[in-house]
Amino acid sequence: MLRNAWVIPLVPVASFWLILFFGKKLPKKGAEIGILALLLSLGLSLAVATQWIGTEGTVPVAHHGADAGHGAPAKDDHGAPAEDDHGKPAADAHGGEAQGGDEELKRAPVERKFLWWQNGDVEVTFGSLIDGLSVAILVMVSIISLLVHLFSMAYMHGDRRFTHYYAALSLFTSGMFILVVAPSTLQMILGWEMMGLCSFMLIGHWWEDQANSNAALKAFFTTRTGDIGLLVGVSMLFFLAGQSFDVMHINNEALAGHMSQGALTVAAAALLLAVIGKSAQFPLHTWLPDAMAGPTPVSAMIHAATMVVAGVFLIARLYGVFFQGFEIGAGDGYSPVAMVGGLTILIAAALAFVQADIKKVLAYSTVSQLGYMVMALGVGAWTAAVFHVVTHAFFKAGLFLGAGSVAHSGSHHSFDMKKDMGGLKKHMPITFWTFTICSLALAGVFPLAGFWSKDEILLGAGEGGYDAFMYIGLLGAFMTAAYMTRCVYLTFFGEARGAAAHHHPHESPKLITVPLIILATLAVVTGFLNAPGVLKFTEWFEPAFVSNVVTHHDFSITTAIIGSIAGAAGIAVAALYYWRNLGPHRLTERSGAARGVYRFLDQRYYLDHLYTGVIVNGIKGPVARAAYWTNQHVLDGIVNAAGITMRALGRFIYKYIDQGLIDGTVNGAGVGAEESGTALRTIQTGRVQNYAAVLFGAVAVIGLTLVLTSG
Amino acid sequence: MYLNQFLFLAAFLFCVGVYGVLARKNAVLVLMSIELILNAVNINLVAFGAFHDTVAGQVFALFVIAVAAAEVGVGLAIVLLMYRNRHSIDLAEADLLKG
Repeated sequence: MLRNAWVIPLVPVASFWLILFFGKKLPKKGAEIGILALLLSLGLSLAVATQWIGTEGTVPVAHHGADAGHGAPAKDDHGAPAEDDHGKPAADAHGGEAQGGDEELKRAPVERKFLWWQNGDVEVTFGSLIDGLSVAILVMVSIISLLVHLFSMAYMHGDRRFTHYYAALSLFTSGMFILVVAPSTLQMILGWEMMGLCSFMLIGHWWEDQANSNAALKAFFTTRTGDIGLLVGVSMLFFLAGQSFDVMHINNEALAGHMSQGALTVAAAALLLAVIGKSAQFPLHTWLPDAMAGPTPVSAMIHAATMVVAGVFLIARLYGVFFQGFEIGAGDGYSPVAMVGGLTILIAAALAFVQADIKKVLAYSTVSQLGYMVMALGVGAWTAAVFHVVTHAFFKAGLFLGAGSVAHSGSHHSFDMKKDMGGLKKHMPITFWTFTICSLALAGVFPLAGFWSKDEILLGAGEGGYDAFMYIGLLGAFMTAAYMTRCVYLTFFGEARGAAAHHHPHESPKLITVPLIILATLAVVTGFLNAPGVLKFTEWFEPAFVSNVVTHHDFSITTAIIGSIAGAAGIAVAALYYWRNLGPHRLTERSGAARGVYRFLDQRYYLDHLYTGVIVNGIKGPVARAAYWTNQHVLDGIVNAAGITMRALGRFIYKYIDQGLIDGTVNGAGVGAEESGTALRTIQTGRVQNYAAVLFGAVAVIGLTLVLTSG
Repeated sequence: MYLNQFLFLAAFLFCVGVYGVLARKNAVLVLMSIELILNAVNINLVAFGAFHDTVAGQVFALFVIAVAAAEVGVGLAIVLLMYRNRHSIDLAEADLLKG
């Protein structure tokens, strides 16, 4: 199965076409095909995971434990010696160096490639690359996508484009699968762009509403801005790696120091731009909150399993490029990747406080959590980042589906926490408990999943020489806990308001609650995978090429306690503010400065004004006018002049060449044929005997000639 | 044996045949003249065969006679149809191919 993992993306692709062609005729309008396909994908992914875990490790890696104690182990180990790595993978070089020392065996990645097309010596392949990273993400994506498919059956019931919705959902999942198993950067681009397209279709699912349609366009164009970086980065890596699209080859070449450092940094920066667009990092994060215009299960997909995870996955997959390009291992406290992530954590978390829409709170929370993942990758905590991707996927999907459940049965399709919710706890117990568990997991409360992964990120930042980012992470943890408490309070506690009071809220049907319960359970248990002493996640899912360069830190009880205190403090502050009514209420009405801050946050730092008002309108206004003037005067002048010249030329040609020369020739040929025909017809008497006479005469002449010449 | 006498006879017959083909108006006579030409050739073949003491000439002559029989069959059929359609077998009048 490890070698046949390439079929996993094909299952949802097949389901896409089947739903499109036959969906409308089926009793469940195509939903059953999507669910069966995802069940099959999940089964295959689990088979892959089981086999992967059962595989013996064969690749020796140098073990960078925290006890090794050297500041920048990765760079020191493989930066300098150029003579011992003649085209050998970095892993070999390390195995040799680490002889006799602390060393462990990692599973070798399993690659399967088929030739797609060939151009000279350049072979473009598709297929599958199975290593720890792809196994972990495959399983995670299959689970989330399956639950979203199930949830949508109830949530989207009776929708006018139900079948198309399921088709797009299948294609969306296959896009992620294609990206996850990609052995070549080109296949990554394919999956990446498929997701861009599907997110556009799904966000704009209810396109009759202008706002939804605008949100879809915004998501598409904003991510496209980043995609320019992806194309540039992939092209640069293609040449830097000696004309190769092969992911593992690129990683090994980058880590072995075979690439020019300057060019590698530029390529990594270009790829970082792609990540900023796709994973909604500051300053291109503005599309993600607007993407809430789509159906809620789609938001769960986009935020947990696909789309935004793709950016983080890109860094994790091409980690060699980022690690070497930005010199992450140096531990000098400065790394562009970590800075982007850290900035995003705080900026998005602050925005989450002023949202009235429950989905927007969750959206900014996703942006903030993605910031954690990117920051973790930026400080060298690869495993922590990927672990956080997985744990975050479960509780964030649970939160989004929970919000969907509230809107479906509690607040009459409204997402406004302040107007239409409140007091839903007693009406929707299952939704309340699952939502709360997922919120606690997100807030990083011991012993839920978020605690373990966030703790690892803080640990990685603190021990890896990036102290500033650890403090940012702690502040982020505090803010996360506080805004999630606010969100839970406004939704489930207090007075029932608006629709929640007047529309008889009730618990959602089983198709909605069962996925919620599964996700809440996963949000509780996933964290223990990598709890200290277990560390199965690291053992199973950390690829060899990463293990070679990153440093592992032992669990630190101090960091755990400080992290927990930050989270608990956040919860406590928010709880006191809302339940006990303590703290500065109505501050915005009393203080001008506070009102200013609120307004600044409410307007999302004026970034949207900058993008649409300044950049887009700037282009639309003067630039468009200048282009119009140029068009009218310069281009049209050229075109008109060309036209007049051509007309004169045409007239000349008609008169002299066409009428004189060509017609003359044609007529001449006709007349000549007629005249010669008239001349020749006289000998065509039609009398047999005349022809016979000519025949005999000719034979006589030929015979005479033969007699005379043979003489 | 004297070959010349046979060759002279054949040449004479040939010339008579050619004259008949070219000068006669009557289609049947033209056919008969063609027979004369063929038989002139036959005489030549047999004469040369006897001269060289082989039977090849006689065999060849037999083939010519067989083909001539077929040719006469087709030719007379044409003449018959011509007569039916035009009530005349004058070749001078059969000039539909005149250009």
